Amino acid sequence: MALRMPAPNQEVLARRREIVAALRDIVPGEGVIDAEEELRAYECDALSVYRQLPMVAVLPSTTDQVARILRYCHDNKVRVVPRGAGTSLSGGALPLADGVLLGLGKFNKILDIDFPNRTVTAQPGVTNLGISTAVASSGFYYAPDPSSQIACTIGGNVAENSGGVHSLKYGLTTNNVLGIEMVLVTGEVVRLGGKHLDSEGYDLLGLMVGSEGLLGVVTEVTVRILKKPSTARALLIGFPSNETAGDCVAAIIAAGIIPGGMEMMDKPAIHATEDFVHAGYPLDVEALLIVELDGPKVEVDHLIEQVAAIARARQSMMLRISESEEERVLFWAGRKSAFPAVGRITPDYMCMDGTIPRKKLPEVLARMRALSEKHQLRFCNVFHAGDGNLHPLIMFDANKSDELERAERFGADILRLCVEVGGVLTGEHGVGIEKRDLMETMFDDIDLAQQLRLKCAFDPESLLNPGKVFPVLHRCAEMGRMVVSKGHLPFPDLPRF
Amino acid sequence: MTTPRDADDVRQMVADAAAAGTPLELVGRGTKRGLGRPVQAAATLDLSGLTGVTLYEPDELVMTARAGTPLAEIERMLAEKTQRLAFEPMDMGPLYGGPEGGASIGGVFAANLAGPGRLRHGAARDHLLGFKAVNGEGEIFKSGGRVVKNVTGYDLSKLICGSYGTLAAMTEVTFKVMPLPEKTRTVLIFGLPDARAVEAMSAALGSPHEVVAAAHLPAAIARRSGVAYVANAGTGVTAVRVEGPAPSAEHRCGALRAELAGFGATEELHGMNSAKLWREIRDVRPFAGDARPLWRLSVAPTQGPEAVARIARSAGAEWFYDWGGGLVWLAVPPAVGAGTIRTALGGGHATLVRAEVGLRAAVPVFHPQPTALAALAKRVKDSFDPKGILNPGRMD
Repeated sequence: MALRMPAPNQEVLARRREIVAALRDIVPGEGVIDAEEELRAYECDALSVYRQLPMVAVLPSTTDQVARILRYCHDNKVRVVPRGAGTSLSGGALPLADGVLLGLGKFNKILDIDFPNRTVTAQPGVTNLGISTAVASSGFYYAPDPSSQIACTIGGNVAENSGGVHSLKYGLTTNNVLGIEMVLVTGEVVRLGGKHLDSEGYDLLGLMVGSEGLLGVVTEVTVRILKKPSTARALLIGFPSNETAGDCVAAIIAAGIIPGGMEMMDKPAIHATEDFVHAGYPLDVEALLIVELDGPKVEVDHLIEQVAAIARARQSMMLRISESEEERVLFWAGRKSAFPAVGRITPDYMCMDGTIPRKKLPEVLARMRALSEKHQLRFCNVFHAGDGNLHPLIMFDANKSDELERAERFGADILRLCVEVGGVLTGEHGVGIEKRDLMETMFDDIDLAQQLRLKCAFDPESLLNPGKVFPVLHRCAEMGRMVVSKGHLPFPDLPRF
Repeated sequence: MTTPRDADDVRQMVADAAAAGTPLELVGRGTKRGLGRPVQAAATLDLSGLTGVTLYEPDELVMTARAGTPLAEIERMLAEKTQRLAFEPMDMGPLYGGPEGGASIGGVFAANLAGPGRLRHGAARDHLLGFKAVNGEGEIFKSGGRVVKNVTGYDLSKLICGSYGTLAAMTEVTFKVMPLPEKTRTVLIFGLPDARAVEAMSAALGSPHEVVAAAHLPAAIARRSGVAYVANAGTGVTAVRVEGPAPSAEHRCGALRAELAGFGATEELHGMNSAKLWREIRDVRPFAGDARPLWRLSVAPTQGPEAVARIARSAGAEWFYDWGGGLVWLAVPPAVGAGTIRTALGGGHATLVRAEVGLRAAVPVFHPQPTALAALAKRVKDSFDPKGILNPGRMD
């Protein structure tokens, strides 16, 4: 693999037995894993083209154990990679050869359900869906719904600021988390927020959400829950072009309507999913929109009519409105199976995650087609249209000589395009290792240096998840006036990753 | 006093101050100078000259403005396109004896303001998409972007909100704007004691009716309202707001009245009266006319009445609730100390939002943090402003 990670510290590797023994003192029994065949389970996350065995994995079950592990690693200069369910699409949980893989899977209990205050407090290893399930019998749910919600954990959601189909209306993780308990790299335990709103000082909770495991290890999460809307209905709308579909999206938003979800698929994605799940998608349209409205029936019925009128005024070729819950679920079935559907028609695919201003969609889709020609690779598009979050799926065959490299170059070109039109590298999957080396397309040296100084405020030895998010390795002591110009690194002998 | 015209001026002035070790007081339009501990600064950096909306795309629900742009000007532009800032930033001017409508947009974000709609729409922090600023070393940096979904790098937009100019001088902000709802309705419930009112608000907020705001005014506070239905009630008034397309707002209002009937007699307010009542609550108008120390308590909603009951034993206090009980505005005689109030909380935090300068110099205005957290916050401050020249002491 082309990716460069921080060079393993041979001196740490030489102390492996001693480190394993120290971890066993903290977490007795089977909570420390050092056998190679068992470590294989942790060698990658959902960005599986990159693999690395950790030096050792440890699975604590209490905050005190996490604190003692981190204090030990801090005192002994051992790197640590936190991991939830390992569903990251950006390589956020890729292990380090000289690092401790800190798995939080045993933190799987819901600690408190508080309906009067509308909160759930859970350990970080509880799945996203597990929170909704725990309160479903009372009609409540947790709104952010990443597509991996049956597997991904709330702790991982905090680390990545996960979104989902419903984030258009209900916000991302950061808008729905009220409090956390976390352990600093020194082993100190701090609580941020709680069941109340806003911070007494700096909004460190807001900073922690989406910090990709670089600032601390979350050991408890309090989220707000909402009552389920009484009605949800969806429209399935086909368009003769991506442009008309894009116009329709803009017009719905401009009319003041914020749907519960608004998703778009291009023709290749429609065909791939229809072949797979037979959701009844039209095969003669160039673009398909799924628009879901939720709320009281009277509102949903009212808005469905408005959306339908907007669509018809923009050359929609077909328009169906769900008349039952089964039909609504069927409308979604294709979209929700887009990734496995594409997986059936190509040996490998790579999912990109840029966000663009909505109105740039037609331009970006046209230029992506040109990039597809240039790199000689097929792609298809599923798209959180309401918030401008693109998920181009690049199809390739890793067994063919240079296809992985070409796919990576294609993906990088797409992300540069997103930034060029006023967008960003990642809308919800995180930077991880995947987009790390593109950070400089969005941020200049001063922007990055400011973020790195903040990292130093939490983790001066850069022991927590190093190699992720930031393209330049550095020492905090040097951050004071560090200047990095492209191609002129101050420390050419340090690995640049 | 230095008055930069653009971001580069700010950069130069901060760099000069950093080189000389001169502490600066950062001021936007000065409406919230009474909030926080008195700043000990040799010079004032006046950011009110950085004005102008540089991008407004109503169809994309996004606006970019220079930090000193008057909020009133932004709200005028938004109203022309039937849009608004959904987090309803409060106007703090009158609380400090100043005029209405004086704030800058940078100040709104620096103080992380939020009105009654906080429950449904979030605070300023939830609407800031990106910003440009000058850190304490005199470097221009940016964070975030102009799109609503973005996880590229640390979310410094959250951190800068509520940092009161102690981390960086914001020069430009990009934020979400939202459509104005077509209709607003407010359900009033009469005669509830505090704890029962919070139960009613919890029931409303736990309903599927997408309640946007919920507040409770005890009788003495309700009496001061400019809305006759509230002022003449002669008892405590609990208010619950819904909004949306006309049929929806009317349906939600009717359903809530039916579901809350068991708590007490109900009434409903329509457009004008509803807007007036929520503006009074947003701007803490019941306490604008006096000079008593004013506290802002942020607690779990069900803890609000208990905390108030413990404090009110000391007598002379007045209060009302917003955010379903989770936000308590509490005016007390100067003799009621910070310790009394903070001990009574039982979780959450208490901020001394208004007090004469001597008192603000003598007690921690912001809720003190445990040692490890306070040390972390200090390191965060140092990472932006290593020489400690930006609004030194304001949040200490």
